[in-house]
Amino acid sequence: MNPDYILTVHGLTKSFSGVKALDQVRLNLRKGEVHALMGENGAGKSTFMKILIGLHSPDAGEIFFEGSELKASHVSEMLKKGISMIHQEILIVPELTVAQNIFLGRETQGGLFGWIDEKKLNQQAAVLLEQMGVNISPTAKMKYLSVAEMQMVEIAKALSNDARVIIMDEPTSALSDKEVATLFSIIRDLKKKGVAIIYISHKMDEIFEISDTITVLRDGKYIDTRPAADLTINTLIQLMVGREIDSLFPDSTSHKGAEVLSVKNLSRAGKFSGINFEVYAGEVLGIAGLMGAGRTEIARAIFGLDAVDSGEIYLKGKQLIIKTPQDAIRQGIGYVSEDRKGLGFIPGMSVKHNITLSSLPNHARGLFIQDKSEAATAAKMIADLRIKTAGADQKVMFLSGGNQQKVVIGKVLLASPDLVILDEPTRGIDIGAKFEIYKLINRLVSDGIAVIMISSELPEILGMSDRILVLSQGKQTALLTRAEATQETIMRYAVH
Amino acid sequence: MENHLKTDRNPTEKPYKTRIKGMGRYGIFIAFILVCVVLSVVTPKFLTVSNLLIVVTQVSINALLAFGVTFVILTGGIDLSIGSTVAVTSVVAAMFAHPDSYPVIVPILTGLAAGLLLGAFNGLVITKSKVPPFIVTLGTMTIGRGLALILSKGRPISNLSDSFNFIGGGQLAGIPTPIIILIVFFIICSVVLKKTVLGRYMYAVGGNEPAAKASGIQLNKVKMVVYTLCGGLAALAGILLTSRITTGQPNAGVGFELDAIAAAIIGGTSTTGGTGTMTGTLIGALLIGVISNGLDLMNVTSYYQQVVMGIIIIGAVVLDSLNQNKS
Repeated sequence: MNPDYILTVHGLTKSFSGVKALDQVRLNLRKGEVHALMGENGAGKSTFMKILIGLHSPDAGEIFFEGSELKASHVSEMLKKGISMIHQEILIVPELTVAQNIFLGRETQGGLFGWIDEKKLNQQAAVLLEQMGVNISPTAKMKYLSVAEMQMVEIAKALSNDARVIIMDEPTSALSDKEVATLFSIIRDLKKKGVAIIYISHKMDEIFEISDTITVLRDGKYIDTRPAADLTINTLIQLMVGREIDSLFPDSTSHKGAEVLSVKNLSRAGKFSGINFEVYAGEVLGIAGLMGAGRTEIARAIFGLDAVDSGEIYLKGKQLIIKTPQDAIRQGIGYVSEDRKGLGFIPGMSVKHNITLSSLPNHARGLFIQDKSEAATAAKMIADLRIKTAGADQKVMFLSGGNQQKVVIGKVLLASPDLVILDEPTRGIDIGAKFEIYKLINRLVSDGIAVIMISSELPEILGMSDRILVLSQGKQTALLTRAEATQETIMRYAVH
Repeated sequence: MENHLKTDRNPTEKPYKTRIKGMGRYGIFIAFILVCVVLSVVTPKFLTVSNLLIVVTQVSINALLAFGVTFVILTGGIDLSIGSTVAVTSVVAAMFAHPDSYPVIVPILTGLAAGLLLGAFNGLVITKSKVPPFIVTLGTMTIGRGLALILSKGRPISNLSDSFNFIGGGQLAGIPTPIIILIVFFIICSVVLKKTVLGRYMYAVGGNEPAAKASGIQLNKVKMVVYTLCGGLAALAGILLTSRITTGQPNAGVGFELDAIAAAIIGGTSTTGGTGTMTGTLIGALLIGVISNGLDLMNVTSYYQQVVMGIIIIGAVVLDSLNQNKS
């Protein structure tokens, strides 16, 4: 056994009711390295990680941690041994303080006779946070922290457990660029201390920035492990999907038509102000900006989810008064939210029923739903958008992220919108599905629909947009054409 | 362009989850059949036409209430006021049901109006104030009980017309009228839930309220209708009860809301909304009825029956949550 390895895994196999989720997977993790685990959704990453932290037990295979075989299959056991996971959805108790959260479940270790010594806990937490170089008060209640700060607390918690392996699952999905930078500097510090990090993310640029080694899984199988420096985005994608993609962004032909949406001086106190732009039929208007720049807030206001304080919205030259999403949908505006689980779909309802939800009266005679017309429409949309589902009656919660997104898009399209607002349309979905979403956007545009696409991924904004609106702290700072825009110019205006 | 890229797939979980889900759906039905089989073996009286007619007649009132409360629970709400609605309806209908006063349609309509109004009141307060339905309907429960006592001056109203008493006590072609009413409203409620836009919206609102709103559904409208419907079905139950006991009773219906909620939940309606069926609720109500009838036939005192019923309610929800955790 190579003593440099803190964790080695081989032959790891796990099946769920006869279907192999993991098949002979292996991994060699060095001390002090950031090891990215890559693969499409369904490649087996989460099953793998759940085995490592003891949530699942494997059917076969061996895990060696610091030279000795791990047999334990219970989370607290794994924590004791030094493997921690920072989950994608942060698990905290909002009403407790930072220190109380960090030492949750281990409160008594600081006190006499099992009493909780709050003072001592606070001191210990303060030391931890200071070591990480973050400025968070141990006595602050968790609920008042930003997502990024909560994540720092989670990391502090892992460190307080003396974690030597930390698994990070999409840690940056809710962070702004500045917060990502802070996280990365903490990760680099951890590396210096010899902590090994397994890093899972869909964001290619981050992977290449932070990771030393990359392991790729596909369909539950181990594909390859290579130093990050030896890979390019294209070669990595090729390993993940198993074939070459010429370009991530499909070719598009824009046919800019008549003005569809015009927004004049739109303002909402504390969120955004003085927003002016037009969107034309057959074009994609990209909206770029950092977290909190007001992108989603503008979309929500146009769609009637939030009220505006002042300003006007015109659709095809006609001024609109939009108070509810129902008004917006009736007028021809569709919105695909960035909060797919929260606002996108009804998890317990079937694919069919979700798809027709916004256009149900079109499939009804009076009060009664016309089953045949509904089923036919849904089947057509499922085929059209290539939604991978066991059937039209499959519940949406059982679909993968990319297919859930397609269901939401299908629902929006069935209400025959003139304008579609796509808010982070490819967040958290794998590369193959991303490509399909891009093709779909191009198809909408060629059908003469006006598209607004909000995205935090600059390559996506640059690859898809005809024009780009850049926001910074609630104000618009630039409206660039595709030719003018580069990652650098956009970033310059975004931090304006 | 060709579909030369595989999209995301999730091969591991689909068949597994579908299977678990299926077991959950039929679990209550299997339990019901099992109980019936056991009772048929243990007590020879159970499986006789006359006994079964009695059981279903007794179940009809709880089932009607349970249908209404199923609508409400499906949207993620709750209605604790239906027992009191039964009392108000009972008193109001009885006031107009004396012999030689009004035609029989008048007590029916006034009773229904009383229930619909109480339901609409719930809906209005819940949608306008954003106070949780639990609190609002708890208040209405007390208000309703008070109203029933005020209207009746605290005394039962007897001497009702024969035609009114036929509603709950008569027979058509040898079948007790409550059973016929039960079947008719079971069909109506099932159709509303499964075949209408409104029913679909109920599932959507209960399944994910913010997403339902973002899909263009008017939440307030759906909730208004649901609570009003629930009040209407409670009124129907109240009329049926009044006619069966041939008295307007201000103290009627105490605790009925809990039996109705129990039937809905035993029948698989999720307490958090979004899932449930009328068939499930009907079977839930029948299961409660059959068990209490069976225990009667076996001479088990009603005290024990309550304990058994409580265990069944908890058991049903535990099973349901086990199913949900697996999937």
